[in-house]
Amino acid sequence: MSVTQAEKQFNGLGVSEGIRIGKAFVYQPLKLEAIEESKNDDAEHELKRLELAKEQCLAELGALVEKTSDSLGEEKAAILKGQISFLNDPSFYPPMRKLVEGEGWTAETAAKRTVAQVAGLFEAMANEYMRERAADIRDVGARLISHIVEHQGARLEDIREQVIIVADDLTPSDTVQLDKQYVLGFVTSMGGKTSHTAILANSLGIAAVLGAGEAVDDIPHGAELVIDGTTGRCVLHPNASTKAEFEGRSLAENEEQERLRSLADLPAVTLDGVTVELAANIGTPQEAAGLLAKGAEAVGLYRTEFLFMGTGAMPSEEEQYRAYREAAAAMQGHAVVIRTLDIGGDKELPYLDLPKEMNPFLGYRAIRLCLDRRELLLTQLRAMIRAGAHGTVKIMFPMISGMEEWRAAKELYEEARTQLAAEGAEIPAFMEVGVMIEVPSAALLADRLAREVDFFSIGTNDLVQYTVAVDRMNEKVAYLYDYFHPAVIGLIKTVIDAAARHGKWTGMCGSMAGDPSAAPLLLGLGLNEWSMASGSLHRVKAAVRGLNQTQCKAFAAKLLELDTAAEIRQALANFQQS
Amino acid sequence: MYAQKATIQNEAGFHIRPAQLFSEKAVQFQSTILLKPEGTTTTADAKSILNLMTLGLEKGAVVLIEADGPDEQEAVAQLAALIESGFGEA
Repeated sequence: MSVTQAEKQFNGLGVSEGIRIGKAFVYQPLKLEAIEESKNDDAEHELKRLELAKEQCLAELGALVEKTSDSLGEEKAAILKGQISFLNDPSFYPPMRKLVEGEGWTAETAAKRTVAQVAGLFEAMANEYMRERAADIRDVGARLISHIVEHQGARLEDIREQVIIVADDLTPSDTVQLDKQYVLGFVTSMGGKTSHTAILANSLGIAAVLGAGEAVDDIPHGAELVIDGTTGRCVLHPNASTKAEFEGRSLAENEEQERLRSLADLPAVTLDGVTVELAANIGTPQEAAGLLAKGAEAVGLYRTEFLFMGTGAMPSEEEQYRAYREAAAAMQGHAVVIRTLDIGGDKELPYLDLPKEMNPFLGYRAIRLCLDRRELLLTQLRAMIRAGAHGTVKIMFPMISGMEEWRAAKELYEEARTQLAAEGAEIPAFMEVGVMIEVPSAALLADRLAREVDFFSIGTNDLVQYTVAVDRMNEKVAYLYDYFHPAVIGLIKTVIDAAARHGKWTGMCGSMAGDPSAAPLLLGLGLNEWSMASGSLHRVKAAVRGLNQTQCKAFAAKLLELDTAAEIRQALANFQQS
Repeated sequence: MYAQKATIQNEAGFHIRPAQLFSEKAVQFQSTILLKPEGTTTTADAKSILNLMTLGLEKGAVVLIEADGPDEQEAVAQLAALIESGFGEA
């Protein structure tokens, strides 16, 4: 029995609700670039280190393959089997030995250099699929070097019990390896409300506290931890009374959830009889399955990125079609708005091999990348159109900044239709095709875009970032990141009004739509479709059902006159209907 | 030394799985086995999956399989048959 540790409290941003008590799983991956190159003074000894690390890697991979084929499927097992064959390959391990014996490098330097050389060979290949294999080489290299330098970090793939994952940050390629059933919550030192981890946690209903800073470094692996994903409060080594307090609040939270759940079957209709469409954001087709029961009337945003991140290579048209069809079928005729690939920015795809950029959010991402790699977008559009035969699929293009991009994307959509028709494929006679409004230039051109598109969906997360010029990952300027900024509200109004003038509808799929305190404003501005994390549906519905649109319209007009986000927040907090 | 030509049959070419099957078969023989794509000066060690993959062989490519050792004839015959079978893929 160890000595009882003193309790330690710290705070972060609560980004995904839920009170959780569990063991910390500290994830600190080894970074290849952190290995410093140096020469050895005992080649024999270095060869032994190398050999031992290789044997450990092989044993570990062998055990992992067995477990993986049972629990995560053959496809992931195949990736691990690939790693085994690389380790046994005459052009992988033997060159490392040569670098140690011939050139006198240490084991880790020799491994790092060989990995870089082999990965470089793959990167230089003409075939895109082959270029993408460089990431596999680096993965196995990192595994080998972890053993050489006896890097102590635990790996996500080893999790076999329910834990709270503690890390600096989690990338999409990290979270792909996670077996979600074991994840109670996330605690990270970096990241904010709209980071990948926050979005993933929300869509899976995992409690999360992000941006907790240096306090995270002091959490020992295996230590007991309680976290509150609403307030951002965390306690390391909680004592009995703290645990009792959190357990009590967890119980109260469940009761509140229960009460809100009873609203699921009621319509989202205002006191004066105006119905709005409440929809949910999803990242995988499986999430669509329970949505109708939770009270969602549509999927307002299906993010397709996870489909592209789950594998080592580009998903085929057939794989994509099956996923989109599954979501469309699960919604039983209710709309599913599928967004084309929104990659770049903070979301990378190792196999696309995108160069690092100084300003990734202003760079080669989303529709810009997809219009450049036409085959990629064409394949995705074909899969979406085919899925349209099994439900109501609507197609949405992200990051549109003006008419040229919209027209180029629409043309590609028409091309995909023409191809499919010529092939005799089953396709729907008509599909709605719209754009996401997240770049201020598109919001300002909304009146022109509205003539040609079928709908708008406002992505507030990026719209705030681009309008106020605030990096949403940078905690130092996070105070500027506010969707109640008067300029943002002005743009939202411009977009909704433009769509209405042309008989089109406007949705919103950013965090703002899921914020019940914003409901009087959004209802007053005339937003038609509200799409949010499914966990927010009940609360927003409760808010909408308590509002009167006529009064909200007059109220929204007054809000538009206010000068600062703080004033708007204050007015919303004080809003009372007569 | 013994050698024979074969043509890559499968749609996606020599990607991971074919390279894996090929190298797994190759290591069963004692002979040194090389793969030489026609019209190039490159040579790959047939027992190295990494070497095989970096050849970037696509469908229709012709390769010379060259073996030197006690079981060279058997090695070449079996490996050529494996390539011609399309690795069980379409």
